Amino acid sequence: MNFSLSRATLIAEADLVGIAGERAVCDRRGVLYFPDLRLLAVSDLHLEKGSSFARRGALIPPYDTGATLLRLQAVIADYQPRIVVSLGDSFHDGGGAQRMHQSFREQLEAMMAGRDWFWVAGNHDPEAPADLPGETVKELAVGSLLFRHEPSKTRVEGEIAGHLHPCARIVQRGRSVRRRCFAGDGGRMIMPAFGAYTGSLNVLDRAYAGLFRLETLVAYMLGAERIFAISGSMLRPG
Amino acid sequence: MTEQPRLAERNAAVLLPEPFVKWFGQKGWSPRAHQLDLLAKAQSGQSALLIAPTGAGKTLAGFLPSLTELANRPKRKPGEARRGIHTLYISPLKALAVDIERNLGKPVEEIGLPVTIETRTGDTPSHKRQRQKLVPPDILLTTPEQLALLIASNDARRFFEELRYVVLDELHSLVTSKRGHLLALGLARLRAFVPGLQTIGLSATVAEPDELRRWLVSQASPGAMSEIIVVTGGAKPEISILDSEERVPWAGHSARYATPEIYREIKRHKTTLLFVNTRSQAELLFQELWRVNEDTLPIALHHGSLDVAQRRRVEKAMGENALRAIVATSTLDLGIDWGDVDLVVHVGAPKGASRLAQRIGRANHRMDEPSKAILIPANRFEVLECRAALDANYLGAQDTPPLVNGGLDVLAQHVLGCACGAPFHADTLFNEVRTAAPYASLDRQTFDRVIDFVATGGYALRNYERYARIRQTKEGLWRVSNPGVAQQYRLNVGTIIEVPALNVRYVHAGSRGAASRGGRVLGKIEEAFLETLVHGDTFMFAGKILRFEGIRENECFVSNAPGSDAKVPYYGGGKFPLSTYLAEQVRAMLDDPQRWKKLPEQVADWLRFQADKSVLPKRDDLLIETFPRGNRYYLVAYPFEGRLAHQTLGMLLTRRLDRAGAKPVGFVATDYALAIWSLADMGWMFRNRKPSLATLFDQDMLGDDLEAWFADSWLLKRTFRNCALISGLIEKRHPGKEKSGRQVTVSTDLIYDVLRSHEPDHILLQATRTDAATGLLDVSRLAEMLSRIRGRIVHKKLEQISPLAVPIMLEIGKMPVHGEADETLLMDAATLVEEAMGPEMTE
Repeated sequence: MNFSLSRATLIAEADLVGIAGERAVCDRRGVLYFPDLRLLAVSDLHLEKGSSFARRGALIPPYDTGATLLRLQAVIADYQPRIVVSLGDSFHDGGGAQRMHQSFREQLEAMMAGRDWFWVAGNHDPEAPADLPGETVKELAVGSLLFRHEPSKTRVEGEIAGHLHPCARIVQRGRSVRRRCFAGDGGRMIMPAFGAYTGSLNVLDRAYAGLFRLETLVAYMLGAERIFAISGSMLRPG
Repeated sequence: MTEQPRLAERNAAVLLPEPFVKWFGQKGWSPRAHQLDLLAKAQSGQSALLIAPTGAGKTLAGFLPSLTELANRPKRKPGEARRGIHTLYISPLKALAVDIERNLGKPVEEIGLPVTIETRTGDTPSHKRQRQKLVPPDILLTTPEQLALLIASNDARRFFEELRYVVLDELHSLVTSKRGHLLALGLARLRAFVPGLQTIGLSATVAEPDELRRWLVSQASPGAMSEIIVVTGGAKPEISILDSEERVPWAGHSARYATPEIYREIKRHKTTLLFVNTRSQAELLFQELWRVNEDTLPIALHHGSLDVAQRRRVEKAMGENALRAIVATSTLDLGIDWGDVDLVVHVGAPKGASRLAQRIGRANHRMDEPSKAILIPANRFEVLECRAALDANYLGAQDTPPLVNGGLDVLAQHVLGCACGAPFHADTLFNEVRTAAPYASLDRQTFDRVIDFVATGGYALRNYERYARIRQTKEGLWRVSNPGVAQQYRLNVGTIIEVPALNVRYVHAGSRGAASRGGRVLGKIEEAFLETLVHGDTFMFAGKILRFEGIRENECFVSNAPGSDAKVPYYGGGKFPLSTYLAEQVRAMLDDPQRWKKLPEQVADWLRFQADKSVLPKRDDLLIETFPRGNRYYLVAYPFEGRLAHQTLGMLLTRRLDRAGAKPVGFVATDYALAIWSLADMGWMFRNRKPSLATLFDQDMLGDDLEAWFADSWLLKRTFRNCALISGLIEKRHPGKEKSGRQVTVSTDLIYDVLRSHEPDHILLQATRTDAATGLLDVSRLAEMLSRIRGRIVHKKLEQISPLAVPIMLEIGKMPVHGEADETLLMDAATLVEEAMGPEMTE
């Protein structure tokens, strides 16, 4: 198999970003990969969001879990990580894991097999997901990095968080483009939400107040083929 | 005089009860022939359509059958059960219902009839609604949405069991929308409750009256039609086009150049009604008029985004003849009768001959006096359009859109509503639904899929059985699973989708709303517009220039900024595309230099210049000009098929040009023309048939290219959102009940993407595609155009821009440009960063 070749190509082509001294790939599909640690981080999967809505009477299509897992499977196949960190809100609610269709459960377990898998507790899923392998943690420290769901109020170098679902907006030649993004200032990184039904919140919203050094803030906007690194000064609210 | 009045008098004596005859006599009136005619038909048990111009006494005609019957009804004895609703009146506008209550109350009181009349709209307080359920009025004036709500209540059958008549006002405007579909289904339900129910439709002149006649009666026997009464005549309106002393602009929509001339006309008349096509035009015109209002004449503003209280104040002042002029949008379009308007000014082109006739009908609300109107074209093409509309009005031309089949999203809403009222049997409901004209051709399989959708979402992956909203009982009846479903339904009823909007509230300058929650609410503005503002930006709203202070929750805070320059608010709604009929008239006019004599000199000159520098298209030809300009090559086409069809054409042409290697960069579309620009010389390509224009404009673009573009279009996503809301897939946003935060909402764009990739044949996607093809994209119109121009494309390869191309070239930069890929824009932005900061920043 030539998976190592494809992995090498991926990393060589992608932009490497520095976070508190660690090198990481901001993948355009919305995952963060640390080649030196062989660690893949993904945030806010919100699995079973569809059925969570259905439970309350909004019968939105039940295909979100399948769609999200399929995309996750693809990045895991590409990078073959040793460690996977799911940064919280992996399930849209506490009953999500139980509601998950058997076929999806099997699909998920297949990609978890043979690697360390951490479920970071999120506000939507504070408890461990029912009947699934993997270790549930409040937060996870790896080298100089700290993985947690909600970004801490005080500045923490090397913190990788989710929760806020960042997106960024630019205006070029009178047209506005809004995309999900990684938001980082070299010290901290907030990851985009990965789930198929997850919305997003502009990095200039007040929910992000105090999280970044504004002068070095960069939004890594997700493109169809690549990541676009846009400096904070070019971003627009809304 | 002729025989007719005397005949009418004799008829009146037979048909009208004594007090009515006396009342007409006291007023010095005699009942009009069509009023008696309608009464006779109603009394013989038939439903009828009355088509009459404004001022013909349509409202009284519509109610005479009810009033005479109610007058003859024996008095209720003490202890006898209360009577139910006798007559239901349905109008498209809340304001119209209120207006009718006033207008009908007067004769009822003067004749001394023991008849109660009440309105029931979204504004009716809940205690009054509850009381109406217990003690129903004889005549209930309401809207299609309220009817849907009444039908969904569990005492609906009893509430309506004594219903005799349904009077449908402004039927021509109701039937063309999804509200009309919902109403048609509601009527079918009422007919099921009361088999002998009679309908009376009131309508302005329409192109296809038979469509409305079918709409009014059960289609159980296919093609059945109501009776029809047509009132013709009425004095011809006096309409003129403003022959301005000023220069008519090449492009734009403000008509600012004509403000002093408009003001002069206002001064000359008692009350002037000024119609514009969009709310932003209304704001701008209002500002401009007050700028020149040296005599401080009472000039008011009326549009749908303003606060209700504010609108009511204007309406009241208008009724009392306290205003000299009102600037209004389509909210005042329909048959509301206020005050003595003696002049209608139409600013901007009317876009359709029928719409023009309707609006002009507002002046001098008496049929035998001519209405007076002035058209103010905002740019040169509009001069042509106004001229064409004017000729059309004299010809009595009609261009109302053809009716379309009923929406499946609306049907889904209705099905759930029926279940909320009482358990139903699918066979029975299917037959009932098919008696409604818009659903007459519905097939059983589709109907069953709609039921499946209502129950569990109708997905191939049957995951939601346990969350079903309606379930089948052992007896085969469908009933709601729990009371919560009905509650949810009631909050979401209706087919009017409002774009997310925020309240606009006054605060003191400089405060961001945190300190003072204070000031008054001016109205609502679309969120999408507010998103583009930053603190300190100014814009026009509610006739004022406001400074944007900030947004908090669902409120936008503003302060006064008098005297500043304003950024005009952009409003999504209120733009009508040019009607097919009018487009044809404009093309005919271009082709006929004889007719240019009727045009203002400067416009005629413009056309002569065009004939000199390029060519004017023949009536059925499509003119295409190509020319270089700057470092780009331009293609300008003049199909005159309306903005929507041009937009669709632009999308498809750029795809094809891209494949041909022309490297198209973007395009803009107006009602009249389409401009595409590219990096390669398209003129050279067409001349050398690489590709030929015939190939480029071949009808096959409506096949794969349309399909491929459809898949990803934001227009389709917007349509999907509407279908999702109407069908009840997702809930509407409710002011006050809104929870902030992205976790509780899920964007319909995301749902669309997921559904399209997993179940492209889902019934909601099917409904979306049908809607988009008929509405947003005007595909059928484009198809007609493409077949019309086959072999009739005229290519003019020019060295420079032609006079006819100037207007659309001026739109570039003012209108959103389509076709440029988002990715390119991102790339540019990213490159800028690299240039400015050096490459290390992006690592």
